[in-house]
Amino acid sequence: MTKEERARPAMTKEEIRAAVLRILGDIAPEADLSRLKPDVSFRDQLDIDSMDFLNFVIALDEELHLAIPEADYARLSSLDSIVEFLSSVKPG
Amino acid sequence: MAEFVMPTLGADMTAGTLLGWMKKPGDSVKRGEIIAEVDTDKGVIEVEVFANGIIEKLLVAPGAEVPVGTVLAIISEEEKAIAAERPALTAPPIAPTPSKLPALIVPPVPTPSTGPAAPRIRVSPAARKLAAELGIELATVTGTGSGGRIQREDVERAAATKATTIAAPEQAERIARMRRTIGAAMSRSKREIPHYYLSTTIDMNRAMSWLAKENLNRPIADRFLYGVLLIKAVALALHEVPELNSIWQGDTPVPCSEINVGVAISLRQGGLVAPALRNVDKQSLDNLMKSLRDLVKRARTGSLRSSELSDSTITITSLGELGVETVYGIIYAPQVALVGFGKVVERPWSVGGQIVSRPTLMATLSADHRVSDGHRGGLFLSAIDRLLQEPGSL
Repeated sequence: MTKEERARPAMTKEEIRAAVLRILGDIAPEADLSRLKPDVSFRDQLDIDSMDFLNFVIALDEELHLAIPEADYARLSSLDSIVEFLSSVKPG
Repeated sequence: MAEFVMPTLGADMTAGTLLGWMKKPGDSVKRGEIIAEVDTDKGVIEVEVFANGIIEKLLVAPGAEVPVGTVLAIISEEEKAIAAERPALTAPPIAPTPSKLPALIVPPVPTPSTGPAAPRIRVSPAARKLAAELGIELATVTGTGSGGRIQREDVERAAATKATTIAAPEQAERIARMRRTIGAAMSRSKREIPHYYLSTTIDMNRAMSWLAKENLNRPIADRFLYGVLLIKAVALALHEVPELNSIWQGDTPVPCSEINVGVAISLRQGGLVAPALRNVDKQSLDNLMKSLRDLVKRARTGSLRSSELSDSTITITSLGELGVETVYGIIYAPQVALVGFGKVVERPWSVGGQIVSRPTLMATLSADHRVSDGHRGGLFLSAIDRLLQEPGSL
C-alpha cells in the first residue's frame, strides 16, 4: 500500500473518539461502553489484557493508519488520553 | 463405518448440546472438516470429523443434550486407515465408550428428501448460539462478515430491531455452569493427582531486550508478546524432560508424540478455557504468535474447535498481567504437568558480583508425582530458564 493510499484526511477529536470506541466495542463486545469513564484506564475498566491491547493497536493502524510504536503504549491509557495522543500523531 | 461421537473436550466435560449440523446425509466429509456445532460448558465449539467418508445417517437432532461418547452420526469410510481419533497420543483415545453411558432416547433426525438442498446459511457459532437464545430466525439476518457470513453483531442488530433483549438469566446460568464444571475438574485433580510444586526466578533481561529490539523493526500486526517466548521455551524444554508431556490413562502415563500446549485464556464474563496450540516445538515464533492471537480471539468470541479443547498435552497459565508474581496451578487432568508464569518484575539481581536491577519472572511447575519427581521437574524449569537466555534461538 502506498503512502497516498494510506493517507486519510485529519480527523477531529470527536471522530477519533468515536473510532476508538468502535474498535473497543469489537474487542470487548460484551462491554457497556456508555459506562466507560473517560479519565480512568480503559484496560482496567474493560479487563483488556496484552493480547486485546495488541489487537487494539493493530486496529488503530489498520483503520486509522496510525502506527503506534511500543514506546508510546503508555500514552494509550484512558479514553481521554488516547484521543489527545492520537490527535497529535500524523497518519503514516 | 465410523461413529461420530459427542467429543470429550477435557476430563471435566460430561455432556453437550448439539446446536446444528453443517452436513446432511450423503455429503462427503474430509478429516478435520467441521461438521457440527456443540454447546458445552466451555462455550460453543465447532466439532471436526476424524475420518474421510460419507455421512450415512445423522442420529441426533439439534437441540438434544447428550452425554460425551454418544454416537451423533454414522460415517461410511472411504479409507479405513484414517480413523484414529487422537493422533497426538500413542495409546487409544480416553473418551468413555458409549456402551458405558446410560441408554438414551434421542429423536432420530428426519432424513431430508433427495431434492436440491436449501442454500446453507454461513454463520459463526457464536452468532448461531445467540440467535437460538434470542429466538432470531437466521434466515432473516443479513450477514456482514466475509462472504456474507452472519456474525454475532448481525444477530444483535437483528435482535435490536425486534426490540428483543438478551436474556440475562441465561448468561448467569452459563457462567454458573462453567464454574461448577471447573470446580468438579479441579476437585478431581486435587483428589487424584499427587501434586508437587517447584519455582524458579528467571532473569528476563535478554528476552525483554531482544523482544523490544525485534518489535521495533516489525509491522504492528507482526509484533510479539513476551508470552510467545515463554510458550516456545516450555515446548522446547519438554524435549529434555519428555515425561512431563504425557497423558495419564488408567494407571499409567502415556507419552505424547506431539507437544500441544494448552494456554489458559480467561473469559471476560467469567471462567476460562485452555485451548491448545499444536506442535509448538516445531513452529516459528511468527507462526505461534499468529496462532495465539487467533486462539485468544476465538476463545473470547466462542468459536473454538473440538480438537483444540481435547489435544493439549501440557498447560500454561500466566497471571502476570494482573500483577500476580507466583502461580501455583492445579494440573488439568489427564495431563501430568502445568507451568505457571507470574508478572515480569524489576528486582535487584546479582550479576558478576554486582547488584543490578533486572526484569525477572517467577516460573512455577505443578507436576504429577506419579510421573516425575522434583529432580526432573527442576531440570525442566532450569531448561526453560536457559532457553529464555537465548531468545533469538527460540
